[in-house]
Amino acid sequence: MPLHIETVSHRYGPVEALADISLDIDDGETVVLIGPSGCGKSTLLGILGGLLQPTSGSVTLSGAPPADSLNPFTYIFQDFALLPWRNVAGNVALALEHRPLAARERGERVAAALALTGLSDFAGAFPKQLSGGMRQRVGIARALVVRPAVLLLDEPLSALDAQTRELLMEDLLAIWAREKSTRVYVTHNLEEAARLADRVVVLSRRPGRIRETLRIDVPVAERGRPEHAGLLAEVHGKLWSLIRDEAATADREVQRV
Amino acid sequence: MSDRRPVPFRGGGFDPGPRRLLPWLVFILLIAAWQAASSARWLPPLFMPSPLAVVDAFYVLWTNGTLTQHVGASLGRIIPGWIIGTAAGLVVGLAMGIFSAARAAGLPIVSALFPIPKIALLPLLILWFGTGEPSKVATIALGVFFPTVIAAYSACDSVPRNLIRMGQSFGLPAADVVSKILLPGAMPGILAGFRISASVALLLVVAAEMIGAQYGIGAFVLAAGNLMQTDQLLAGVVMLSILGLLISWALSAVERAVLRWR
Repeated sequence: MPLHIETVSHRYGPVEALADISLDIDDGETVVLIGPSGCGKSTLLGILGGLLQPTSGSVTLSGAPPADSLNPFTYIFQDFALLPWRNVAGNVALALEHRPLAARERGERVAAALALTGLSDFAGAFPKQLSGGMRQRVGIARALVVRPAVLLLDEPLSALDAQTRELLMEDLLAIWAREKSTRVYVTHNLEEAARLADRVVVLSRRPGRIRETLRIDVPVAERGRPEHAGLLAEVHGKLWSLIRDEAATADREVQRV
Repeated sequence: MSDRRPVPFRGGGFDPGPRRLLPWLVFILLIAAWQAASSARWLPPLFMPSPLAVVDAFYVLWTNGTLTQHVGASLGRIIPGWIIGTAAGLVVGLAMGIFSAARAAGLPIVSALFPIPKIALLPLLILWFGTGEPSKVATIALGVFFPTVIAAYSACDSVPRNLIRMGQSFGLPAADVVSKILLPGAMPGILAGFRISASVALLLVVAAEMIGAQYGIGAFVLAAGNLMQTDQLLAGVVMLSILGLLISWALSAVERAVLRWR
């Protein structure tokens, strides 16, 4: 679904978190929001999914969401947000239980989402028994089971170690090749941005403003190829040069607090 | 090469591990020392009877039905008192955990009344309900109510906000957020509160029975003390300890069943 962000600003009391954000996101596009700590990227994602009300401005969607989408705006969370008292299948089913679905169809949808994320053999496992990577796969399955029109990913790989992160990036790309949704992906990891984004939006910090947008023309599916290694390094370097000084400021500020 | 030395080991210790027999050994040694002191007549039996004498008294009191009668009377106060106090405490505590208005209204009152030793209200409750069972049950219910309120609302607070946001982001109705996320998430805290309220109930039943009751473990222990029947007095105390252990064991069983996911 095309998504339109119009002059969105947000304040937490006296603190201005976001200032005058305007951005149009195309249908099926993956936009990565990147920026230093305190740039309000998670705030913006909260506003996009209707978990936060912006102080001013609006977010609109063109057209009606697809009929089979049970939850048009769906999150994948940094800390997975799984219910520890439900097993894998139960956590995925949570997204469907309050929807008017026959029990059989719900079961089929859950099974399909588990199959898509490689969790079929773990349906009965509890979150605490699973590694971080598997827990986030449960988070992904729970998001896919409602067929989102807009997928909102809030630093989905930040809580994972580097190798698991690599594996999940591959998984996400494989899933996205089959699933048509619009995606907004928040991260502070430059490599994720270079690998996953159609467009990278760089935010400045406090208040968050759009500093630069960077379109990456190579299709995501082809970015793993050796001939594009130079391009990815170039994107990485460019993003870092945009963020570095502010990241250093943010770092020093955190230490002073 | 001769100057090579092994790296000195500095780890180890500070690592609590199981010692299966030691607890029993300490227990048995203490009892044995007590019995030895009694047998050697170092302890005057009138003030500190021997363990064997206590066991003997316990056996006699149990087989002739005295203990059963008193335990039955005590349980007849603890059980309704605990259930009433817990039910009311859960309603108020969960309301305070869920609704900001209920919290703003309830917290000052609960905080002000919580520190009052509830046994101090027994005379007032006797004026209201008379000297019979209702005043004792009401004392226990009051004593159980406050810790339950506090346990329930702080258990709601301890449920991670991000789980609630997650539920909302999937469009769960508020009732589902409460029943599927908030209540199961608060369960560990609520059950921990049950442990505290159960010990409060046991304490209050003994105190209330000592103030005025014909039957009940507290009344029995007090009467035995007045008659200098120290062996029976201690048998009553042993009965209370067994009662406390049984309650704790039952709560553990409930926790294991309800919190299997932990």
